[in-house]
Amino acid sequence: MSLLLQKPGILTTVQDLGRNGYRRFGVNPGGAMDRAAARLINILLGNDDNEALLEMHFPAAELLFEAKATFAVGGGDFSPKLDSDAIENWRPMAAKKGSTLRFGGKASGNRAYLAVAGGFRLENWLGSSGTNLAAQIGGIDGRKLDAGDRLGFRKKTGKNKSVDSRRISTSILPPYSRFPTVRIIAGPEVQSLDKRGRASLVNHDFSILNNSNRMGFRLSGEPISLSKPIEMISSAVGFGTIQLLPDGQMIVLMADHQTTGGYPRVAHVISHDLPLLAQLGAGDKVAFHLIEASEAEELALEFERELSFFRIGCKFQAQSWAS
Amino acid sequence: MSLGKVRIFPLGDSALTVEFGNVISTALNKKAIALANIFEQARFPGFIESVPAYASTTVFYDLIAVRRNFPDFPTAFEAVKDIASKAVSELADDTEETSRTIEIPMHFDDASALDLTFVAKMSRLSPDEVVEIFMCRIYRVFMIGFLPGFSYMGEVDERIVVLRKESPRLLVPKGSVGIAGKQTGIYSLASPGGWQIIGRTALEMFTPGQKTPSLLRAGDLVRFVKADHQLLLADAQACA
Repeated sequence: MSLLLQKPGILTTVQDLGRNGYRRFGVNPGGAMDRAAARLINILLGNDDNEALLEMHFPAAELLFEAKATFAVGGGDFSPKLDSDAIENWRPMAAKKGSTLRFGGKASGNRAYLAVAGGFRLENWLGSSGTNLAAQIGGIDGRKLDAGDRLGFRKKTGKNKSVDSRRISTSILPPYSRFPTVRIIAGPEVQSLDKRGRASLVNHDFSILNNSNRMGFRLSGEPISLSKPIEMISSAVGFGTIQLLPDGQMIVLMADHQTTGGYPRVAHVISHDLPLLAQLGAGDKVAFHLIEASEAEELALEFERELSFFRIGCKFQAQSWAS
Repeated sequence: MSLGKVRIFPLGDSALTVEFGNVISTALNKKAIALANIFEQARFPGFIESVPAYASTTVFYDLIAVRRNFPDFPTAFEAVKDIASKAVSELADDTEETSRTIEIPMHFDDASALDLTFVAKMSRLSPDEVVEIFMCRIYRVFMIGFLPGFSYMGEVDERIVVLRKESPRLLVPKGSVGIAGKQTGIYSLASPGGWQIIGRTALEMFTPGQKTPSLLRAGDLVRFVKADHQLLLADAQACA
């Protein structure tokens, strides 16, 4: 009763919503880059929001269902095909025993997620099943997945062949784009930027460089400078912190960022908009729009309310898949 | 203590930093650690974790849970800021601390001490003198960061202060002990890094299976000893 990786894909890891409580020991929370996608497909399947799933990059994995299961794919659209049938993102699907899931091409986004109803059977380290590549623990042996790896299912599902017509309404999906406007709130060192730098931050576009990864996205654009040099000592940073590097370019810290940093923190991407950024890849662009911290909170609350309504309907539906 | 010089600011929409200053100092670091401990002990609803650094403490919280539990505040940030301000005002001006002293056995052979010759040359000392000077001090762990279990310690004797490498090593071996300015630190895991490596320890600095996975924590005191002759007295005699 498991999922077998026939081909591993370029970077496939087990992720959840992160490992909290150990930053003081230098252990970063990690977790899914696109938290909205991870939560949405888990909720769709009746799972806990935090259930572990697979995060894939393109070229993605090829997976064999060694038992029937109900599953869903979301986030980036990598043109999934179940055997010979093209399937859609954001819908519960039933796989028969012996079915193969492949991803034919990158239609949009850069990270696709695969969850199964009931979740995978995985070990837990410090409260999470997510993969911490730096500490080499979590997921499967703390590494990216290889061909031949098996992920056991925790529950038998996949009873209904045509699962149902439920899908995630587009109104709740993040408005993914290759050139999103991402909202930010001011960072503690934003006042140390010169006038032109402060204007550039919000008036110019920035490209994502190809040395961007799960640790951070390097941006390229109008160089930004400080009005005068500032002495910085290391302190905690977070997912979404935008640091200014000595060369005038910026880096946005992503899910696998280090726990502490010593570069000026010019801004932070708001939690609500991190999924938009998380789906970008090299060559994509981003623009920043500065808002107040209180607005960022309201956006997070509104999304949470929408998820709550969605969750109620999905829980009920998921009961019919158990076999 | 008074809130006078303390800066409290949002670190994104789900964290807040209390900054006591912008210099490396034991007094400020003690406050940062004491504040982080207050948060860990009196966990408010929505609290996720607190992270002490050189001279600041950052509190991570679940903004949804904070909003639900503190409806009288207009924002989660204001609610946590109120809790943080009260905690800071309860901190003593001269923070008491009970520190553990941890002994780290070290190797200084050529294969371990990758930059010892360079450090000696820059300091106009012999490699043996560098080692003796390095081992004479007891170091304070100011914070853990960068890598799982990586300790930022200080302060290194002025005579052996060297800047970090101009271009970082692609792979610093696990257990390497390095110097960067007045800081010293132990690479808990193999990693790219730019600190000048003067020795290595075989002690596991990071053990994932343990509930407290890092051997060191902020506020600890560290004493380096020679792995081949762990006679403290002999070492102490060299420290005139």
